[in-house]
Formats: sequence, C-alpha cells, structure tokens
Amino acid sequence: MSLVKLENVVKRFGTLEVLKGISMTVEKREIVAVIGRSGSGKSTLLRCINALEPVQGGSIVVDGIEVTAEGADHNQLRARVGMVFQSYNLFPHLNVERNVKLAPKLVRRLSDAQAGELARQMVAKVGLADKLLAYPDELSGGQQQRVAIARSLAMQPTIMLFDEITSALDPELVGEVLKVLEGLAGEGMTMMLVTHEMNFAKNVADRVIFMHEGRIHEDGPARETLLSPKTAELRSFLAAVLH
Amino acid sequence: MIREFALADVGFLILATRWTLLLALTAAIGGGILGLIVAVVRVVPARPLNWLAIGYINLIQGTPLLGQLFVFFFGLPLLGLSVDAWTAAATALSIYASAFFAEIWRGSLQSVPQRQWEAGASLGLTYGQRFRYVIIPQAIRISIPPTVGFLVQVVKNTSLAALIGFVELTRASQIMTAATFAPLQVYLVAAAIYFVICFGLSQVSRVVEGRIHVSR
Amino acid sequence: MEYNFRFAAVLRYWDEIVEGVVLTLQLSATTMVIGLAIGLGVAALSTSSYRWLRLPARSYVELIRNTPLLVQLFIVFFGLPSLGLRLNANDAAMIALSINLGAYGAEIIRAGIESIRRSQIEAGRALGLTALQTFRHVVLFQALKAIYPALASQFVLLMLATSIVSAIGASELFHQAAFIESRTFRSFETYTLITISYLGLTLGFRLLFSAIYWLVFVRRPAR
Repeated sequence: MSLVKLENVVKRFGTLEVLKGISMTVEKREIVAVIGRSGSGKSTLLRCINALEPVQGGSIVVDGIEVTAEGADHNQLRARVGMVFQSYNLFPHLNVERNVKLAPKLVRRLSDAQAGELARQMVAKVGLADKLLAYPDELSGGQQQRVAIARSLAMQPTIMLFDEITSALDPELVGEVLKVLEGLAGEGMTMMLVTHEMNFAKNVADRVIFMHEGRIHEDGPARETLLSPKTAELRSFLAAVLH
Repeated sequence: MIREFALADVGFLILATRWTLLLALTAAIGGGILGLIVAVVRVVPARPLNWLAIGYINLIQGTPLLGQLFVFFFGLPLLGLSVDAWTAAATALSIYASAFFAEIWRGSLQSVPQRQWEAGASLGLTYGQRFRYVIIPQAIRISIPPTVGFLVQVVKNTSLAALIGFVELTRASQIMTAATFAPLQVYLVAAAIYFVICFGLSQVSRVVEGRIHVSR
Repeated sequence: MEYNFRFAAVLRYWDEIVEGVVLTLQLSATTMVIGLAIGLGVAALSTSSYRWLRLPARSYVELIRNTPLLVQLFIVFFGLPSLGLRLNANDAAMIALSINLGAYGAEIIRAGIESIRRSQIEAGRALGLTALQTFRHVVLFQALKAIYPALASQFVLLMLATSIVSAIGASELFHQAAFIESRTFRSFETYTLITISYLGLTLGFRLLFSAIYWLVFVRRPAR
C-alpha cells in the first residue's frame, strides 16, 4: 500500500481552482521532488496532504489515514507527517531544545527527560549540538532551518514534507541544509519536497513531479524526467530555471 | 416643575451638542498647532529643548485632565485674565491635546524606515528635499489613524467641561435630568449623540485610510 | 485676588491627601482586575466563529469606546436606580470604570492575539499539537509580550481617569480636593497640589510595569 495516495484532488480558493484533479502516490522510502512555476499549486498540494488546507474534491490517504474523510483526526495525521516550512517558523520565545522538545512532550506524551534526550539526538543529527540552548534569533537562517528539520524529526514521522525550505536562505547556507536532507534520504526516510534545487532533484530524488497550472504534467524517474522532458511546458520551465 | 422627557428635550440636547463640537474643534486646532510646535521642539537636535518638551509631555500625560481643567479654571484668573468656563476648558483641552499630538506625530516621524532616508540620499536629494518629499508624506499617512483616534478622545474629553460649569452636551444632560427626573433616558440620549459623533469620526478615518493607502 | 500662594495651608491636609492616594490605588487595583477579566472574556467572544457571540462583543466595545466615561458613570449611578438598581457612589464608580476598562482591554488583547503570525500557529499544528495546545504553548507567551506595553499604558490611563468619579462623590484622591478646598478656600493651590500628586502615582505605576516586564519578558543570559 502506498504511503501517500491522492485521487482526483480538487482544491479551490474562493472561485480560483488551484488543484484541478491531482492523482499521485508516494511509496515508502521514496523521495519525490515536486517542481513547477510559482502558482502551479505545488505548495498547496503539500499543505493539503497534511490537512493545513481543506480540499473540495477527491481523496487523500496518508499512512492509512483518510485525510479527506469526515471527522478525520488531523492531529493524529500531523503527528505522523513532518512538515518544514520556507520560513522555518521556529517558536521565538523558546530555545532550540525546547522548540524540539515541545511536540513530543505534548503529543507523544514523552517525559521531559525522554523528550530532552530525543531533542539532543535530533539536534546533533542536524549538526547543531553546540546550539542546543541558543534562541532562534541567535542563529543564522541555515541553522534555524536545520533546527526546524530536527523539530519535525523529533516526532518520528513516517513521511517528511519540505516546502521550498532553501528558498529563503542565502546561497552559502543552502548547502548545509541539503546535506541534512541527503543524510535523511540515505536513512530511508520517505520525503516529498517542493524545491527549486534542480541538482538536488536530479541527484538525490527518486521521482520528479512537474506541476503546471494546477495539474501534474509529468511524473517519472528523476534523472530521466529532468534530462529528457516530454512536455513543452516542462522543457520551457527547465530552460527558464537552468538558463 | 417636573415634566416628561419629550422630543423637544432631545432637541435641547442636540442644540447643546453645538458647544461640544465647538469646544472639540477649538481644542483640536489649538492642540494641533501647539502640538506641532512641541513635536518640533522634541526632535530638533538640541538636548535642553528636547528635555523641555519631554518634561511638558510627561507633565500633561502624567496628570488627570480633570485636574488640569480645574487648575486652569482657578489659576488663569490669578494671572489677571477674566475666565469663564469656556476659556478655561478650551485652554486646558488644547494643552492636553498638544502633548498627545506631539507624541503621536513624533512617533509617526520616527517610524518612517531609515531606508527611506537612504533611498532619498542615494538619489541625490538634499536633507530638506528628503524631508519634504520622502519622509513627511509617509509620516503623515502613518499618523492619520492615531491622530483621528485621539480626536475621538478630544470629543469625549469635552464632557469634563461640564464639571466646571460649561454648558455642553453633558452639562445640558444634567440640567435636563433635574427638570425631567428621567436620568436614564436623558443620559442614554446623550450617549447616543456622542456615539454618533465619535463612531462617525472613526468611520471617516477608515475611509480616508483606505484611500491614501497606509501601507503598514 | 490671591497673589500670595498659600501652599502651606493645603499641605496641612497631608493626611487627607495620603488617604486619597490609597483610595485611588485601591480603586485602580480592583478595577484593573475586574476590567481585565471582562476584557479577556470579551476578546475571546469577539474572535469567536459564532456571529451571535461576536456581534454583541464587538458592539459592547464600540459603544464604550465611543461614549465619554463621565456619561457612562452617570448612567450607572443616576440612571440604573430607575431600573431598580440603586448603587452607592463607590460601587457605581468601580462598575463604570471596570466596564470602561473592559472594552479597551478587549481591543488590546484581541489585537495582540491577532498579531501572532499565522505561520506560528501552522507550525504548531503541523507538529500535531491541538488548537488548545498551540494556543497555550506557542501563542500565549508571544501574545502576552505583545499586549503588555499597550495594557500597561491603559492601566495608567485608568488610574488617571479615576479622578472623574469624584463627580459622583466616590472616594478617591481627587474628591479629597473638594474637601480640602472647602476648608482652606485655596482652590488653585489645592487642585494644583492634588493634580501634581498624580504625577507621583503615574511614575510609580510606570516603574512597576517596567520592572514586571523586565522580570518576565526580557531574556537574561542566566541559563
């Protein structure tokens, strides 16, 4: 059974149809890169998967949970789906350790000691062990983003969603974040990333989905799709991005 | 002697409202001009003047308006001026308003981002030109919501003039209550009149804000 | 008239002035507590998704903020008796002041909560936190910090506004002026001295609120 399965998902903002019938799957341990122009619906797609946005049509099943069903437990869903945002969204009033500890304590009901140990491991994993007690405003963008990843990892999710997590970073800080992602990929984490980093998509992702105006135009193996685009839209997109 | 509270009495209250509006207008204009002066004294690069302005503002903002009203009512005659309730009220309310306007406008000026100054400078504009064409227009836009907000305060403040005998809406209500023994109706009507004026003022402000695009 | 100022005559009533200060502090403190409680409740209602809860809350705030405190005071003290509710001056003062503060407090609280960016709430929800957990652990502290300065200012304004309740004879500092004036016949000196006394109160309040802010919200490199 696929970890994520979307069938004919339709999403509207008022009268504007942003997702026009999306069908796709993500298998366990797969790394899927979602690419496309701004406004193509990529971020919205991600946000629908973890129920931050409601959908108007179609069905979404994630890790056995029917997201689109009436009365679905979205909190349970989100405990299993990790999401990292473009603007990191760390809690400014908590230091790194507490940022990472918070959800495991409240949602998974870990004791303070257990959560603390878990937090320390995750923060070390992203290479910031020495910043455990620092506050977000004392960290660089890249460091904050890595903490955000650690925070999501601490919930031990079955799938991680990344919404353009390097787009807001200075170029020299992007590398350290991508390294963490490569590490996660190596460990077999199922990942879905909306990204502009074509090299990452080509070399690390298993599959690439190209979205255009609310529809999936191409969906195939990463290297193949990116090196030999089949549709005109993807070709012009790649030409624009890679100039 | 005691008569029913009737429509004619509402008319009496509305007539008294003229004085409320006149007092508010006077305080707004007087306070505005004075406030501008205080604001300038507050920001010019001269420490002793700044401290003078700060002291003035803190004195006014740190004491009750009612107290200031009484001080002027009893104090101005000592300067040899014949003082009626109107003069005392207009003076006190203007001075009270000036302190608040000064602070609001100083705040607006200082909240125009530093980069705007730099942008003007990098275009070759002189200090004066930057001030006049880049900074002031933005400062004015920023200052409109709090300024109108305070104008509403000024209108409400005129009610205190009743306590030194000036016959504006609130004092008229007190007089009316004595004549009709219907305090609830009288004061509710008065409240309604104030509401119309103040709420109206805020709504006008909202429309103006929308038009001039306060980008905050 | 009186060219030789006789402040000394007024200062003889130092005890009455101190008594007035204490009364003002008591009235202010009580009003702050009740007013804050009202404000919290109204703020919660005004952000409700139910229109029939939101509308009365917002109307209450608009009504209070667009009418003078003095008139509100008169309605409570002079108007309510005709509905059968007769209050003494001090109770009427406290009620009118609390209702007044509640409206301003509600606005401040609502603005503070809404100022917390949606992305913070999303981040909390995306981790699996419930709405309540997100509010308590993510939003609350940030909101309190945002609200604090405006609320502290409002409290100072309230303390100064207590002078208005002298109009119905309630016991606080400004009312003492009438007493002292009737004994000394020194109107100007009396009111000047009383008015200046408030300066001390304002200073005290501001220092207290700053101290609290520093203790609670300012991050110190202790840990």
